[in-house]
Amino acid sequence: MASTAADRAVLDAASGPLHPVARETLLAALDAGWADPRRLHHEGRTARRLLDRAREVLATGLAVRPDELAFAPDGAAAVRLAVEGGRYAGRRRGARVVASAVEHSSVLAPARHAAAVTGDPNLFAEVPVDRLGRVDLDAWFAAVAVPGTVVAALQHANGEVGTLQPLDPAARACHAAGVPLVVDAQASLGRVPPPTSFDVLAGDARSWGGPGGLGVVVVPGRTRWSLPGPADPDRALAGPTGHVPWVPLALAAAEAWQQTAATREQDAAEASALVDDLRLAAAAVPDCEVVGDPVHRLPHVLTLSALYADGEALVRRLDRLGIAVASGSACTASTLEPSHVLAAMGALTHGNIRVTVPLADVSPDRARDVARLAAVLPEVVAAVRAELKAERL
Amino acid sequence: MSDPEVQVAVVDARGLRCPLPVIHLARRAADEEAGTVLEVWATDPAAGSDVPAWCRMRGHEFLGAHAHEATRPGESGHTAYRLRLGGAPGTPQARAAAARP
Repeated sequence: MASTAADRAVLDAASGPLHPVARETLLAALDAGWADPRRLHHEGRTARRLLDRAREVLATGLAVRPDELAFAPDGAAAVRLAVEGGRYAGRRRGARVVASAVEHSSVLAPARHAAAVTGDPNLFAEVPVDRLGRVDLDAWFAAVAVPGTVVAALQHANGEVGTLQPLDPAARACHAAGVPLVVDAQASLGRVPPPTSFDVLAGDARSWGGPGGLGVVVVPGRTRWSLPGPADPDRALAGPTGHVPWVPLALAAAEAWQQTAATREQDAAEASALVDDLRLAAAAVPDCEVVGDPVHRLPHVLTLSALYADGEALVRRLDRLGIAVASGSACTASTLEPSHVLAAMGALTHGNIRVTVPLADVSPDRARDVARLAAVLPEVVAAVRAELKAERL
Repeated sequence: MSDPEVQVAVVDARGLRCPLPVIHLARRAADEEAGTVLEVWATDPAAGSDVPAWCRMRGHEFLGAHAHEATRPGESGHTAYRLRLGGAPGTPQARAAAARP
């Protein structure tokens, strides 16, 4: 917990920090599990045993067999591999990919690229979402039924706006069409019950308080899925993705999972109440829209856009007041493009701030921190508008 | 979109970054009558989302967007976003109307 000063209100938990018990596990694993798990010596065998145990914990948590769970270099890579494996396995039937417009860029960018280099725009169908960020199911049903479609990708929940997707009907349509459904649970695992409607599942250990640099890919035995290239001779170790993680990361992720799973329901209920407080605070700010589904949502994510405000100025001003939040506004992105999620929803992209409430164990003062943000939000928005001489428009 | 009969008032926000194009648009809208067709020219990619979103929040009618290539060397292209003002722009009554669901 040394990474964050006690008086800082960190409300950007999408990328950590680590659960304190997982941090202890990670430190212990540096000594106990550093070795290459492929080695035959005592240290190697120890690392292998620890990795197997970590895999078992995570597989049990996700209600799958250990040999159905593989690792990836991070959450984004997990999602990218999940789609790639579905596409490669279906290559004799076609190459068409279907995804919602609010998927992670690790889904959208490769799919757009593949369609662009082949010169066939039909190879990628981007399904629109409504104002709340929910996928248009009629369009989804039509898109997955197009012949040549070999994989479809839909998030469990969106990490920017919190909206949960209607996975059950989306999965039924995929099954009817014989198209495997990749579910990206990067934002949701550890915060809500894991999804059950999927053919491939991808996640990021950070969402449940685990370390960065570790993604998971679940490929149930019934799913046709494979990656190009030779298979790893030690499949029990490498799993379907072929990625053998640094063992201490896997151990820390398994410890974080157990900690987070034990407190999930209560943690989520509290986080949801804190987000409701923030919604009320935002409603008191003139011309401020809360974005995303108000009911079917992640408990800990809240995004709002304030008209005539500058997202970068909001983030910097809050930071000076000791409050860390994210933003989907173009001026805060290295690309200077606004968040594709906000744009797809028809939401205002400027004046955007995004709150991801940390787990209570990670941030015991989170209720105080949310209250601090709620208290200063009106004056911070007003100050940014005043700078732009846009107070009375 | 290209109907020559319509009188269009242009707000030139080329080169401005978000949220300035929408702020310039809102200032101009406050001086215009309801029913006026405004066109805002912008190079900022955020305007593509934010001009329609502003229309929705303020009760104006978004008419569409049209991309214009650069006409001179060294110039970059821009997009023209066209809308029709509703209500009585800039007044508290219009704001209240826009705020109602």
